[in-house]
Amino acid sequence: MGMIEDLIEPFEEDTMRGSLDHCIKCTICETYCPFSNATPLFPGPKYVGPQAERFRDGGGHSPDMSLDYCSGCGICTLVCPQGVKIAEINSQARAKLWDERGVPLRNRVLARPSVGGRLATPVAGPVNWALGNRLVRSMIEKAAGVHRKAPLPQFAGRTFQSWARRHPSPVSNKTVVYFHGCSTNYFEPRLGEMAVAVLEHNGYRVIVPPQDCCGLPLQSNGSFDPARKYVRRLAADLAPYARRGHPIVATSTSCSLMLKREAREILGVTDPEVEEVGRQTYDICEFLLDLHDRGQLEVDFSPLPMSVPYHAPCQQRGHGMGKPALDLFGLIPELRIEELDVDCCGIAGTYGLKKEKYDISMSVGDRLFKTIANMEPEVAACDSETCRWQITHGSGTASVHPIELLYRSYGL
Amino acid sequence: MTAAGQGRIYDALVVGAGTAGLVAALRLAQDGADVLVAAKGVGATHLTGGTVDVLGYAPERIASPAAALPGFIRDHPEHPYARVGAEAVGKALGWFKAQFPDGALVGSLEANLLLPTAVGVPKPSTLAPETMAGGDLRNGGRFTIVGLTALKDFYPAYLADNLSRARLGQGDDGRVEARAVTLTPPTGGEADVTPMGWARRFEDAEFRKAVISGLEPSLDGGAVGFPAVLGLDSAPTVWRELNDTLGVPVFEIPTLPPSVPGNRMARSLRTALTRAGGRVVMGGRVVGVRATGRRLEAVVVDAAARPKPYRARDFVLATGGFASRGLEMDSYGLVRETAFDLPVTGMPPETEARWADEYLAAHPAARVGIGVDDELRPLDQGHEPVYDNVRVAGAALAGAEPWREKSGEGISLATGFRAAELIVELRGG
Repeated sequence: MGMIEDLIEPFEEDTMRGSLDHCIKCTICETYCPFSNATPLFPGPKYVGPQAERFRDGGGHSPDMSLDYCSGCGICTLVCPQGVKIAEINSQARAKLWDERGVPLRNRVLARPSVGGRLATPVAGPVNWALGNRLVRSMIEKAAGVHRKAPLPQFAGRTFQSWARRHPSPVSNKTVVYFHGCSTNYFEPRLGEMAVAVLEHNGYRVIVPPQDCCGLPLQSNGSFDPARKYVRRLAADLAPYARRGHPIVATSTSCSLMLKREAREILGVTDPEVEEVGRQTYDICEFLLDLHDRGQLEVDFSPLPMSVPYHAPCQQRGHGMGKPALDLFGLIPELRIEELDVDCCGIAGTYGLKKEKYDISMSVGDRLFKTIANMEPEVAACDSETCRWQITHGSGTASVHPIELLYRSYGL
Repeated sequence: MTAAGQGRIYDALVVGAGTAGLVAALRLAQDGADVLVAAKGVGATHLTGGTVDVLGYAPERIASPAAALPGFIRDHPEHPYARVGAEAVGKALGWFKAQFPDGALVGSLEANLLLPTAVGVPKPSTLAPETMAGGDLRNGGRFTIVGLTALKDFYPAYLADNLSRARLGQGDDGRVEARAVTLTPPTGGEADVTPMGWARRFEDAEFRKAVISGLEPSLDGGAVGFPAVLGLDSAPTVWRELNDTLGVPVFEIPTLPPSVPGNRMARSLRTALTRAGGRVVMGGRVVGVRATGRRLEAVVVDAAARPKPYRARDFVLATGGFASRGLEMDSYGLVRETAFDLPVTGMPPETEARWADEYLAAHPAARVGIGVDDELRPLDQGHEPVYDNVRVAGAALAGAEPWREKSGEGISLATGFRAAELIVELRGG
């Protein structure tokens, strides 16, 4: 008996590929996949995931490009009742695919927001003008494959880091570290200021260490080695604080998911330093709701008499923490929140920016855009930056991070 | 809700987001309970045909579940229906129907509908979406079954042929005459379009026009059966438009998964739950529990970066059977309940036969599951409750063979509802 067991490899329940034997072909992932429902170019998570993976084993290559039409939104993994890590399997296979074929220049540029941010910030005016110019955009589309209509953000012309360096956080016995991510640094520094204000209002000293990109865009564009370098560097920047037991709080749900989970589960980075940082990382709404659950959140909220549709982005749901923003909104008097029952806005980070994928992305988001537009709200709320830009682009409605509503209601 | 320094204590935590779990959570949320659903993934509701099958065979086909249930319960004292009683089944069904306003769900416990499956077998269902009711075969009739090229696993000729030969039981006052029509509406050139893909297309008015004009020459006054792909959210509107335009009764026939009506049902329940104030945490499995004696204090759920304990006063375990991995069996026949590690009952000892030779036969091991008392509390080998504040609902329960009885949704609904009612009673509701 023992001999037979010795011959069988230990069952790797928690490894990504090890999970695929749990697939019972129930098609629930297909039912929920926003992308296979929008384009025949992506045959669905079950086909390119657990089914095709058996044939890709051992470095075997993908016979076609269908994998590249997976957006990596992760909904398949989330809904799978069997615990098959479909999206992770697909991300890893996609990286192999690009490794074989060579990552296109476009993907390499889109995947390095902090490089673009550093270059463009001093010349934000002309850059923003150019990115808003139809002729320039059509040239970029032809030359680089970024769709002319895709929702590119505007550079703020200043960085959040420069604000943070000048901002003295009040002394307190409670400390958090703010992981702001590239978008806050280069595109939405106001969001970072509001996040700091909300945390300080709750009695925290907020430390903003120097930090760079988490590597997520590189990962989703198939460049795993550079992505690993980025996430390791970020972990090195944050680890000293994690070791002191300081919570690391983030406003970008996709970047914080990289630290919490994806570095290990998709990139295979098992460094203790990354683990330490991941364990101390919190989405800001998760963090604030935890405070509230312990009776430690300031609840001096003033009324916000408005109706706001709320979209929980895919990467937010990947945290497996529910939708803490909804409970926080519930604390704000007179605020009416409509939780949107739509799975995905279609952008998936940089997916919807690409020339060949823009129409798919807009089709995925169509129902979300129409629902929001029909409500004619002042703003929509959503935790992820690229999703906010997509929502504004698709629905014509301004969109804000949940923290902005808390900030307004606190009267900060 | 919150005590300083203690952390939140939910009134009820439901584990599992299938029919049993969502029903329990919705009933509790409607009572004002602070309720959280934690689930590894979405439940098996998505795989159902969107009907509620309460009791179809015992072992002969059942015409009236209301009439048959008392005898069935007498003959099956270990069955989940015996735990809740026939009256509770009726109450649950009435409540469930009321959750779907405007007659969206039709049927009653008094008489099963007889609806065609994708292979043309008349299947007894107690409740069905209004979009399916026109396929009721009990009085026979003329039917045209519509197939769509590029829709896999739906063969209208096979379906129609089987329907025409269907055994409709005693008092057969009308034969079924069925024939098949295959349409080739515009697909965009794909070889395969999933039911979800078709459903999206049916939401488009232009696409429907193409279907209608393609179908009109083939109409003969009989009812028209489509695969159940007539739209997602707007299914009732799409269905009504087809009825009105074609001028004959139109009905849907459930397809193989992905099942559009199952998907509609699951989404309706989810939406109703969040509207009633319930919350759902999805994506993590239960990795542990914390208990003091017979009182469960918290369930620890895996999440990104760190597991999270959720504390509650009452718990409902609705994680499903083998198909949903609520139960697992190893190659030695050892069965395990995967979330709370509760004792499992109903597995014949190794010395006795566990499996029949025929795949579709009654297997002695098939009724394995969690044994419960009349308050749906899990029992240990000594028939004592393992926990006083845990109720078990749905396919994890011992004593049923839902696939043979055609009782799956009925068990989930009745036990999920009953579990919630028991907690509501404790809450003084």
